[in-house]
Amino acid sequence: MTYVSEVRSKSPSRALVAVVSEIGSWSVTLKLGVGLMAIIVVAALFAPWIAPFDPGLQDFDAILMPPDRIHWFGTDNLGRDIFSRVLFGARIDLTAGFIMTYVPMIYGVLIGAYAGYRGGLVDGAVTMVTDIAIAFPFLVMIIVVVAALGPGIHNIYISVFALAWTMYARLARAEMKVERAKDYVLAARVLGYPTRRIVFLHALPNTIGSSIVFSMSDFVLNILLLSGLSFIGLGIQPPIPEWGAMIAEGKEFILQAWWICTMPGLAVVVTGTALSLVGDGLARRLGTRHGGHR
Amino acid sequence: MIYVRYILARLLHAVPVLIGVTLFSFLALQLVPGDPIRIMMHGRVSDAEAAEIYKNLGMDRSLPLQYLSFVAKAAVGNLGESIIQRQPVSDLILEKIGPTLWLLGVGTLLSVLIALPLALLAAANPDRPIDHVVRGLSMVGFAMPPFWIGLLLILGFGIGLGLLPISGYGTGFGGHLVHMILPGLTVSCFLAPILIQSLRASMLDVLAADHIEVARARGLPEWRILCKHVLRNALIPTLTVLAVNISWLVSGAVVVESVFALPGLGSLLIRSVGYRDYPLIQGLSLVFAAVVIVVNLVADLSYALVDRRVLRA
Repeated sequence: MTYVSEVRSKSPSRALVAVVSEIGSWSVTLKLGVGLMAIIVVAALFAPWIAPFDPGLQDFDAILMPPDRIHWFGTDNLGRDIFSRVLFGARIDLTAGFIMTYVPMIYGVLIGAYAGYRGGLVDGAVTMVTDIAIAFPFLVMIIVVVAALGPGIHNIYISVFALAWTMYARLARAEMKVERAKDYVLAARVLGYPTRRIVFLHALPNTIGSSIVFSMSDFVLNILLLSGLSFIGLGIQPPIPEWGAMIAEGKEFILQAWWICTMPGLAVVVTGTALSLVGDGLARRLGTRHGGHR
Repeated sequence: MIYVRYILARLLHAVPVLIGVTLFSFLALQLVPGDPIRIMMHGRVSDAEAAEIYKNLGMDRSLPLQYLSFVAKAAVGNLGESIIQRQPVSDLILEKIGPTLWLLGVGTLLSVLIALPLALLAAANPDRPIDHVVRGLSMVGFAMPPFWIGLLLILGFGIGLGLLPISGYGTGFGGHLVHMILPGLTVSCFLAPILIQSLRASMLDVLAADHIEVARARGLPEWRILCKHVLRNALIPTLTVLAVNISWLVSGAVVVESVFALPGLGSLLIRSVGYRDYPLIQGLSLVFAAVVIVVNLVADLSYALVDRRVLRA
């Protein structure tokens, strides 16, 4: 942390050196993961310029074409270019996955850290709620909520926001329990700082490591969740090029055209692997163990 | 005696979880915007008929009363009646629970059979190429959508090679078993990576322990140390990891069932969501949660039976 402030006061070339040496200290997995993710994010951002075709364009002269030099990933039953659709799908899946992961993480960590620090009744209540949420199969809970509210991305957000914070609350609570007993927290207490300041300003940065590492697995799980829900018809509806919905559309044609299902699935696998690599690298960099899975 | 106390404490711990789970299943129905009966009946119902259905379902009473009667009935196995199929929900669930239990069983067994040797291989050679390969494979496996693996397996083994049945449940023990191979493999594709990760970590811990050092000093061959000391100590964490991930496993099974057209609880859940058959959805969510709670309880209790140190904590 110290050199970040030093960097600001010195020349830009020094900053570059600092960045390069930071990246140089990364493990191979972190470099590989960050590199892959950067490519995927850039591809998603610039999809309208990169994609050779309009993702919704139907070309009835090119139906169920296998992958070739014009259609890299082939075409589907309506003659739409799958490579273009996978690219545009990246925008949807990455955005949704990001929102589903990091919105609940923010208040999950805050709730967990506060409960872990305060203890007593607040802690008991939070623990009970997280215990209940973890006893429930996550997908079943979301299916029940989506069944009540109706399919679609907004209702998936609502159910994920209602449930997913519990895992982060658990992780942050466990770390805060350890942190609370440390000398610097005691010192801050002796100095008479208000609880709010000690928890959120002093202790929180030290309790967030396992949540950040877990958020990478969670990101993967959320992309899998969204594509799974879309696959069974409760998520994003066709013709929107969401990866799971595309796989569901291709299911009917799996005998004639394996590429319709396979290509969007590969996109999920590559993205998920990249995120896992980042998570693994971050775990080493931050010196935390894996947060575990849902 | 201390074990009995532990069982009681653990059971007591399950009570608030049970209350929360029933409350969730009950309240989920209240989330339905508008009039659930009219939505369920797709509007084809007169006012008098709607009032009649309300009365039969006890929905004209206050919410707390409705909840209490819901819990009281659920406690004796009465989960109400399916609106669409006009049958008791519990009968429908019992009828469909077989394939789901088969899938969970075969999937778990295959996952352990895949994960144990791979984790052992990785832990025995930390940071060597074989370790990187195993960890890389488990990362890729973890990122694969279960329904997608299922489709690829259907394409490869079922249709391409024509070796294995690709849908349905079969008849008799052998038939069920053969029909479960591909779905079970699909389940293990997402469960095994999680197992490998945690097992590798716990095996590395065991390998660093003193008694392994002693065994090495005594000149025991490395494979004997691995098989006798490390593997045995890794079995208990395997159970724990499986129990912790049971809710993840159940979630995955729901989707896998739909890919392989298995007539289980997952397919039933997806179908009942399509029909908006709320009593059935409610009953199914309770049963799914009950499976998770019971598995965790059994795991905790058997864990305590094997490792007495838990009792003192």
